[in-house]
Amino acid sequence: MADVFERVKSIIVDRLDVDESKVTMEASFKEDLEADSLDVVELVMELEDEFDMEIADEEAEKINTVGDAVNYIQKLQG
Amino acid sequence: MLKGKNALVTGASRGIGRAIALELAKQGSNVAINYAGNEKKAEAVVQEIEKLGCKAIKIQTDVADETAVKMMVKEVISEFGSLDILVNNAGITRDNLLMRMKETEFDEVINTNLKGVFLCTKAVTRQMMKQRAGKIINVASIVGISGNPGQANYVAAKAGVIGLTKTTAKELASRNILVNAVAPGFISTDMTEALSPEQQEEMLTMIPLQKLGEPEDVAKVVRFLASDDASYITGQTIHIDGGMVM
Repeated sequence: MADVFERVKSIIVDRLDVDESKVTMEASFKEDLEADSLDVVELVMELEDEFDMEIADEEAEKINTVGDAVNYIQKLQG
Repeated sequence: MLKGKNALVTGASRGIGRAIALELAKQGSNVAINYAGNEKKAEAVVQEIEKLGCKAIKIQTDVADETAVKMMVKEVISEFGSLDILVNNAGITRDNLLMRMKETEFDEVINTNLKGVFLCTKAVTRQMMKQRAGKIINVASIVGISGNPGQANYVAAKAGVIGLTKTTAKELASRNILVNAVAPGFISTDMTEALSPEQQEEMLTMIPLQKLGEPEDVAKVVRFLASDDASYITGQTIHIDGGMVM
């Protein structure tokens, strides 16, 4: 859990150029992290590469918060 | 001008697509030749490009098939290492008067000429976003602006391509992906040779420059749009039609 979160966090910090402390499980990409729709698409792409998985478009659309992304990845990793 | 760039040109075995592929290669770009059916002609283009000292591969793909398009783009990237230029050129005609046009004729043209552009654009965008750079050039047609009797399907598709060009340009501008269209007029290819002599004659009377265009006339504009000389142009449709539509 911690591991997935840390890896996701580091990608978000890198891509969105935000302060680490703002990246919490509850943080919303669009509201708290100032990402636009295209940023979220890009983040999902990077997460796919990082975790070597494919996130279907309909699933990707449900990812609104950092926690959504972390939970989804953990679920897929089983 | 395009040294070390990697391009994918759809419908590149003949006509305008072939001229574009060769023109890009002349400027130093490696080119993936997509084709629908004519392997021999595609291979000839590959060999011509190799003679120019650039890498070339040929890939047979139906641009209206999403899975196949994804595989094609994957192959180009694994072969060349990046993808800098996409030219959506593949197109077909199924001309008929609206009253006689069959649903299948309409669908086939929309699928290849419009949906194909959407699918290829979508498939390359991931790579171009990562690169923070890319040029997409769509080959529309002047009839997509003016309309043309007997081509309801083709005109609808080409007008659609122009709209798609503008939207894609707006969506991807922030990632430095530039998207433009060219709108060829009456260009001397197999497609226009299929017109009757009377139709050809009539077309000529509407062209201020009073001659047909050559595929190279289109290819040179595409080469410009694919280059960094065009780095402040996006969402535009450039008419290459001898002044036919102003």
